[in-house]
Amino acid sequence: MFSPLILITAVINGLLIGAVYALVALGLTLIYGVLHIINFAHGALLSAALFAAFMAYQKLGIDPYLATFLIAPSFFVLGYALQRFIIGPASHGDDRNMLLVTLGLAVLIENALLYAFRADTRTIDLAYSFKTIDVGFTFLSLPRVISFIAAFVVASVLWLVMTVTDTGKAIRAVAKEKLGAELAGIDVAHVYAITFGLGTACVAIAACLLVPTYYVNPSAGNAFILIAFTIVVLGGMGSVPGALIGGLAIGVVESLSGFFLGESLGQVGIFLIFIVVLLVRPRGLFGASA
Amino acid sequence: MSERKMPLSRRRFLAATALGAASAASGSLAMPALLRAQGAGVKLGLLHPVTGALSYSGQQGRIGATMAVDEINAAGGIKALGGAKIEPLLGDAQSTPDGGTAEVEKMNAAGVPCIVGGYASSICLAVSQAAARYDLPYVVDVGVADSIVSRGLKNTFRFGPGFGVISKTALDNLTIINDQAGKPAKTVIIVHEDSLFGSGLAKLLNAQLPPKGFTILETIPHPTPMRDFNNVVLKIKAQNPDIVIPANYYNEYVLFARTMREQHVRPKGIYSVLGGAASSYKFVRQFPEAAKYIMDCNHWFNPKSAKAQELKKKVEANGQFFTYELYMNYSVVLLVADAIERAASVDRAKIIAALESSSFSGHVMPYGPTKFVNGQNQGAAPLNTQVLDNDIKAILPPEFAEAKPVFPMPA
Repeated sequence: MFSPLILITAVINGLLIGAVYALVALGLTLIYGVLHIINFAHGALLSAALFAAFMAYQKLGIDPYLATFLIAPSFFVLGYALQRFIIGPASHGDDRNMLLVTLGLAVLIENALLYAFRADTRTIDLAYSFKTIDVGFTFLSLPRVISFIAAFVVASVLWLVMTVTDTGKAIRAVAKEKLGAELAGIDVAHVYAITFGLGTACVAIAACLLVPTYYVNPSAGNAFILIAFTIVVLGGMGSVPGALIGGLAIGVVESLSGFFLGESLGQVGIFLIFIVVLLVRPRGLFGASA
Repeated sequence: MSERKMPLSRRRFLAATALGAASAASGSLAMPALLRAQGAGVKLGLLHPVTGALSYSGQQGRIGATMAVDEINAAGGIKALGGAKIEPLLGDAQSTPDGGTAEVEKMNAAGVPCIVGGYASSICLAVSQAAARYDLPYVVDVGVADSIVSRGLKNTFRFGPGFGVISKTALDNLTIINDQAGKPAKTVIIVHEDSLFGSGLAKLLNAQLPPKGFTILETIPHPTPMRDFNNVVLKIKAQNPDIVIPANYYNEYVLFARTMREQHVRPKGIYSVLGGAASSYKFVRQFPEAAKYIMDCNHWFNPKSAKAQELKKKVEANGQFFTYELYMNYSVVLLVADAIERAASVDRAKIIAALESSSFSGHVMPYGPTKFVNGQNQGAAPLNTQVLDNDIKAILPPEFAEAKPVFPMPA
């Protein structure tokens, strides 16, 4: 009933939104892969970053894309501090405690935002918010295309950091064998905090890329988080390329199932995949075998 | 617009009932306080969801209600009670029905003779029932579900129009607008959010649009929150309908309208019924391009009323948006003050009787003199508006219109 061009457009739309999902999932998968905890505060941190980008534009007049270079480092520091001084010490070495601490942080951050900014939904209107690229058969939203490219850049940089630098090697060592890494002289608490910081910085970048086309309110981040969890499972816990490919795949699946089954049922496709992956390939597409 | 899912957790339920029981127990003890309060002032319960998911609407409602209270007090209070000042008792329904019920218990214990507010239909339903137990007069500000006034509660009054009236008016006016333009529109696509409000409206439209000569090409439901409207817009683009009818909340409405604009989808008209953002000054101010020519059938003030224009100026001078929550609450408080004036008493039964016989016309709404039948104000009706020249103008009915509808919208 629909022409192939429309299907192609739906797939492209899926890829564009999938890139943003991938960015959010990158942070999550990194933290999971190394710390072995599900960071429940991820959504709240995304909301906080959205507000940071919003306020940077509103109060300081900084374009959201430029603000990335300010907000991502600040959120790295924030993430580092959260892990080093709150989550780490509060866990007393027990992973289950860490899980609960992140859950507590999520509640705290969300309500702090609610208190400071109220539940009011805000948006910013930029000159390029409505700009589109005419590709002949459809119009692609310029901010979406930018975020698509940016997602690849961030994933590549992250991958380089993980494979080339000493810090990256230390992170991977801790992820593989915590005790061994500790014996080899790696400061595990520091690596944990670095990882948490990197994950939080990823979320901050995602927020800056989202702000031009999305809305900001204290619970805005939650809309992305369940999807991000699915991507992490699909791509393989802790895998950078897995998060990227998984994000794009989920974007396309959501787009197509939304298109054929109706938007209300669009998520069904995602969670079907989630169940199938858990049954057939529990370590995910790119996950290391346990 | 005013329906939300409000989960009732066990803990919240316990908290609310415990609070309710405690305040009910102290209620009987507090009765002498009511008698003492008479000379000093008249308490008035102002109940809005000022925190939680509906907090923006709730806060706007509270602003409107307190503005009316300040005006009445500045003009000498309730004259029949020796110039007694109105003392507002502010309540927060926390965007949940049980939050609203808990506040009713507190307000009853404090001896208020009347409660105003509620906003969301689900809150209004709960509040009206709780207030009915104490024969406490309750005037609904917005809540559009028709079951609020159709359950035969003697204490409950609704000043604004209900869902049935609004959707009927909306369809009649759509037909009028289309006929006046020479019937250019024949096909419709409905985009609605999938909870009670959107689905209910979609069902109604699906039943009533075909007899009026419109073909519905597709009805597209979507969840709230919704991250991306590109596919919905794609479907619309593929089928090229004459009219698009969106029924969703503010965030989704804005996202949808922006995506329509982005994808260069320009139907002959975008026509909303109780549109989440369609007649919001905030939307028009922030996205003038996306909002252009959008039509809406919604609660709207009487643009021909000097009092309404004066209020609008005052509100905007304070840096606030002149939203329907605000002026409807403003009007309802004036209505209640008039009833207390005529009852010349804070006796609940006398106030209910005064409301029943009310013919109050000093409000800012296009309803004419108030007349309650079974609790529903008979004159209450929505207006049709359109975004024209970066402003929102009333276009129908003719007696309130400030501009002629621009339909089909220019390319």
